[in-house]
Amino acid sequence: MATLNSNIPAGPLGQKWQKHKFNSKLINPANKRKHKIIVVGAGLAGGSASATLAELGYQVENFVFHDSPRRAHSIAAQGGINAAKNYQNDGDSVFRLFYDTIKGGDFRAREANVHRLAEVSVNIIDQCAAQGVPFAREYGGLLDNRSFGGAQVSRTFYARGQTGQQLLLGAYSALSRQIGLGAVTSRTHSEMLDLVVVDGHAKGIIVRNLKTGEITRHVGDAVVLATGGYGNVFNLSTYARGSNVTAIWRAYKRGACFANPCYTQIHPTCIPVSGDYQSKLTLMSESLRNDGRIWVPKKPGDRRSPQDIPELERDYYLERKYPSFGNLAPRDIASRAAKQVCDEGRGVGETGLGVYLDFSDAIQRLGEDKIRERYGNLFDIYHEITNESAYRTPMRIYPAVHYTMGGLWVDYNLMSNLPGLFVLGEANFSDHGANRLGASALMQGLADGYFVLPATIGNYLATQKPDQRPKTDHAAFKDAEHSTQSMVDRMLSMNGKRTAASFHKELGKILWDYCGMARTATGLKKALELLPELREEFWSNLRTPGNASEMNQSLEQAGRVADFIELGELLCLDALTREESCGGHFREEHQEDGECKRDDERFAHAAAWEFTGVGKTPVRNVEPLVYDEIKMATRSYK
Amino acid sequence: MKVRLKVWRQKNAESPGGFETYDTPDLNSNMSFLEMLDVVNEDLAGRGQEPIAFDHDCREGICGTCSLVINGKPHGPHRKVATCQTYMRSFKDGETIVVEPFRAKPFPLIRDLVVDRKSFDRIIQSGGFISVRTGSAPDANSTPVPKIHSDLAMDAAQCIGCGACVAACKNASAMLFVSAKVSHLGLLPQGQPERDRRVMAMVTTMDEEGFGSCTVTGSCEAVCPKAISLDFIARMNRDYGVALIKGEPRRNQASEGGA
Repeated sequence: MATLNSNIPAGPLGQKWQKHKFNSKLINPANKRKHKIIVVGAGLAGGSASATLAELGYQVENFVFHDSPRRAHSIAAQGGINAAKNYQNDGDSVFRLFYDTIKGGDFRAREANVHRLAEVSVNIIDQCAAQGVPFAREYGGLLDNRSFGGAQVSRTFYARGQTGQQLLLGAYSALSRQIGLGAVTSRTHSEMLDLVVVDGHAKGIIVRNLKTGEITRHVGDAVVLATGGYGNVFNLSTYARGSNVTAIWRAYKRGACFANPCYTQIHPTCIPVSGDYQSKLTLMSESLRNDGRIWVPKKPGDRRSPQDIPELERDYYLERKYPSFGNLAPRDIASRAAKQVCDEGRGVGETGLGVYLDFSDAIQRLGEDKIRERYGNLFDIYHEITNESAYRTPMRIYPAVHYTMGGLWVDYNLMSNLPGLFVLGEANFSDHGANRLGASALMQGLADGYFVLPATIGNYLATQKPDQRPKTDHAAFKDAEHSTQSMVDRMLSMNGKRTAASFHKELGKILWDYCGMARTATGLKKALELLPELREEFWSNLRTPGNASEMNQSLEQAGRVADFIELGELLCLDALTREESCGGHFREEHQEDGECKRDDERFAHAAAWEFTGVGKTPVRNVEPLVYDEIKMATRSYK
Repeated sequence: MKVRLKVWRQKNAESPGGFETYDTPDLNSNMSFLEMLDVVNEDLAGRGQEPIAFDHDCREGICGTCSLVINGKPHGPHRKVATCQTYMRSFKDGETIVVEPFRAKPFPLIRDLVVDRKSFDRIIQSGGFISVRTGSAPDANSTPVPKIHSDLAMDAAQCIGCGACVAACKNASAMLFVSAKVSHLGLLPQGQPERDRRVMAMVTTMDEEGFGSCTVTGSCEAVCPKAISLDFIARMNRDYGVALIKGEPRRNQASEGGA
């Protein structure tokens, strides 16, 4: 059994982080220069961490599989970033942001981590504005805000519909500055394929150069994984096609615990699936729900065009069911409600899997120009994909996989149960519980990278002597390189009949059908029969064209799909074991009037799974969630 | 629908390359161009041939990874979109479509349609930032920014760093890319202290990387997926001239390291 010590500092909630920072070990500047830190990923978390650690004086080596550190999928986040600035004077505070986030996560997140997140949120905005992030402003020159799902205050800062892009380019510019100064070594086209563990500590990684196929060993005093979420396990999702689980999965197979894999977020406002050729789903920012009204016809099977359906025959179901939050109900709730009305036969569009997001009232109230200013680029994207104008006819939307709250288990210092392995951003599990609120992912990625890790990593590094760092000819490095090489060789030599892409499609369908928006014990058990069969077929019938010593995109994909299939099994097992409904994890057996029914007696904990071998049942470790300052309540948005 | 593809295939930078012709399987006109390539690649792999290597990631026009010159135009027939936002409904049934990589000396070819755009990163590393250490920033509202400046900065900041501007330019000039970053930061009060040295350093690196000069033909703006305006090039030229007259040291002669 792994030891899970959350290392939450003692003391009142509001003072924990300040106290912890004071009690954390400092590394003197001369010694910082001697410590080398490996950072994998350059999204909001990895980019900001690399830049900040280098500013502090550490040697940083940053790895990305992309061609540039500016490409990570953080760039696609549209809506905004939350911060408890209370610039709007509408009653916001650090405590309210903290409470909204804990409640939004259905009381399945760690109290102390979430409070810290809310505290540092205000520094993030300052930092980004100073870097030149062109946030939206009012005519007086001060920052503008908008409201976002799950909150009744306006605390979301934004840069048109491209907030993620602008924040990422801010982190990238800070990182670029450090690369230019020689403080960060940037390795692009470099995919991490294994974690090297020496005497129980994470000390390095094995990397394949995607241009040349060369496999190399890299050593550091600590390894930081900021490699994003695993939503592409569903194949169709709003993630970038390259987003994958490989880095954290291979760390899991080296002993890091994987917490709450079943907490996946299905985002309510995406463009519906149109055909089986589709490679990805496109998100329409949640900010659209500020002005758009969601509805379906009251009558099942009503095929009239939306303009022909009179007001009285429309069901604005979110406004009806959740009068106080209305169209701003949190994502998990809005998604399930959409599924429900479609299951009742009231869905719209060709497939019947869609609901209307209607702007006609807002256009009437504010004028088309105002709507264009707020959402123009989103309406453009919608038009490109569907060939329809949302200024004239309501958008059709449907939920799609968008984010994963689960990830590698970390303590308060963001260190996993493997000493020396730190995990940031979406790749870890700690802050969003069972459901993430809108505009909170950007906040967490940057909080972890700019403010948390730089303060906590010293606690580990102070126990490590840089001159005693293992060499890359250590047996653990040889072993890890060997196992990477044999996996590559095996995938290339199988010469079967099916491509990795065809396995990915099949995997995605199994997961969406049995482990999607609504889950049942029967369905999950079925998936747990199908997935091992799929894994066995993969390893006997895969065909990977090309060879290992050059750019080979089929080989890259095959390795990622292999890991996704194994993850799929863990995801379903976690979903089956968690016999309750909470946030994005909805078990049909556990509901009350269609709403989630938690079981706090049995499941007020994080489940951190420990690898025991492929095809073997992993060990389920438990970290109880203790709430000192707040009471767990039934989440209500009515 | 079906189309005939003439695709540039090249094993690596050292080997010679050439066009190969492929007839696609049946397509749906609502497919994106990249989904069409996925279908062709599955078909090739199924027949034991090596799939076409091409760059892509987010497939929603924001990451800047996808490239391709389609029928002679970087990012294909439509204005203001990237290749990944181009749909097969823009082509005719039976049409022959020519697909090539972004060609420019500072973008060496890696394989087939994939090129290396690291030269862009090196330009940013030489000065495309505001030097602000984490934790040292004042309250965000302590520096008001007139909305008009902030909006214009945002217009420039939208650049996705794809390199289409370079691919479209007969001189392989990177002026649109560099001027977008120079203008974005130069328009904001936070960017003023380093404004002169930034433009000098970035232009110097741009030249060193082998990008050509700008002769203001405007092909870059025409193919830019974010419609970055040529005006920013004028703005950068002005900034460069001012810095030159003021005698701001060029990057290599800078007395301090920029830290």
